[in-house]
Amino acid sequence: METEQLIRSLAADGTHRARPVGYVLGLALLAAAPVSLAMFLSGLGVRPDVMAAMHNPFFDLKFVVTLALAVTAIVVSLHLSRPEVSLKGWWWLLLIPVGILAAGIASEMMMPQRLPMIVRLIGSNSRICLTAIPLMSLPLLAGALLALRHGATTRPAAAGAIAGLLSAGLAATLYASHCTDDSPLFVATWYPIAIALVAAVGALVGSKVLRF
Amino acid sequence: MHETEDEWTSLMRLAISGDSAAYRRLLKAVTPVLRAGARRGLARAGQPIDQSEDVVQDILLAVHLKRHTWDAGAPFAPWLFAIARNKLIDSLRRRGRRVFVNIDDFADSIADEPVAETASATEIAAQLQTLPPRQRDVLQSIAVESASIKDTAAKFAMSEGAVRVALHRALTSLTAKLREQ
Repeated sequence: METEQLIRSLAADGTHRARPVGYVLGLALLAAAPVSLAMFLSGLGVRPDVMAAMHNPFFDLKFVVTLALAVTAIVVSLHLSRPEVSLKGWWWLLLIPVGILAAGIASEMMMPQRLPMIVRLIGSNSRICLTAIPLMSLPLLAGALLALRHGATTRPAAAGAIAGLLSAGLAATLYASHCTDDSPLFVATWYPIAIALVAAVGALVGSKVLRF
Repeated sequence: MHETEDEWTSLMRLAISGDSAAYRRLLKAVTPVLRAGARRGLARAGQPIDQSEDVVQDILLAVHLKRHTWDAGAPFAPWLFAIARNKLIDSLRRRGRRVFVNIDDFADSIADEPVAETASATEIAAQLQTLPPRQRDVLQSIAVESASIKDTAAKFAMSEGAVRVALHRALTSLTAKLREQ
């Protein structure tokens, strides 16, 4: 086929409107969320003392951190879905949840504590944390990667890793309502390991499926 | 050079708002630049430049199917060259070459003399035969016989909507097949 002929057919298809990537990503996450939620409710469930726990600012802080991660990762991955952009000027957004968590650790340090630091850090749920967050993020990661294929990233591995961060952020939000370890030290130790695992899977799969 | 780029940007804005004549003009205007850039890139990679038309068509398909990722508030050229570079790298990789693509291969070509299509592209023509018959018929009618959507609909006793759907599917599956080959 001559290029002229191809151009003619592209122009004829010019009225076709594709949905914005953000819209598709939103739909994909809405579709995947019930799967993760079902995994959560059948396997873990919300902790029994949740009503009392809500009065503990460090319990609430976990949600602020994980949701901040999810939201900033969504913003950055939509940015990266455009071909001509780089991460420059955007990657620092991902430091927002880190900053919030650091502030949490600092304020916990200033309060009197019943348990020594190392006990709070090790906690009693690290193993569940390390398995539940990655498992629950898989449906969300699959949905996010599928949606981002609709974009045109020229950094497929980075975009995949950030899709991993966003799905792990959402999964960690669910997990946080189950976990009885509320110390920011626990959150800063175990959550990042689980989240990094998902980001690595995202980078690996993304480098294959996000090419266009 | 900047005038050219500004003109592209305004044409693309018109195209996005549904002006298919502007869209066609834009695609025609960028093609010689893409061709020169593709030749430059292929030559740098030690590949025969007679494959350049395949690369050009590959880029045009990607521009078409990814145009919703262009931000209408941003200039068009950087977006176009990012897509072009990506497709050039992709096609070199498919040919088993791992090469460095100079980021200016395309941008520099704006100033070049326009080069005409010499060797014709073969990849799309080959993949065309593997499309479902209806999609192939519609695409051929519009591309090769330059029939309008309306005439094509009449010819195949389809609705215009069905022709549009078949055309769009044909272009998407061509792109997918080119990637898989």
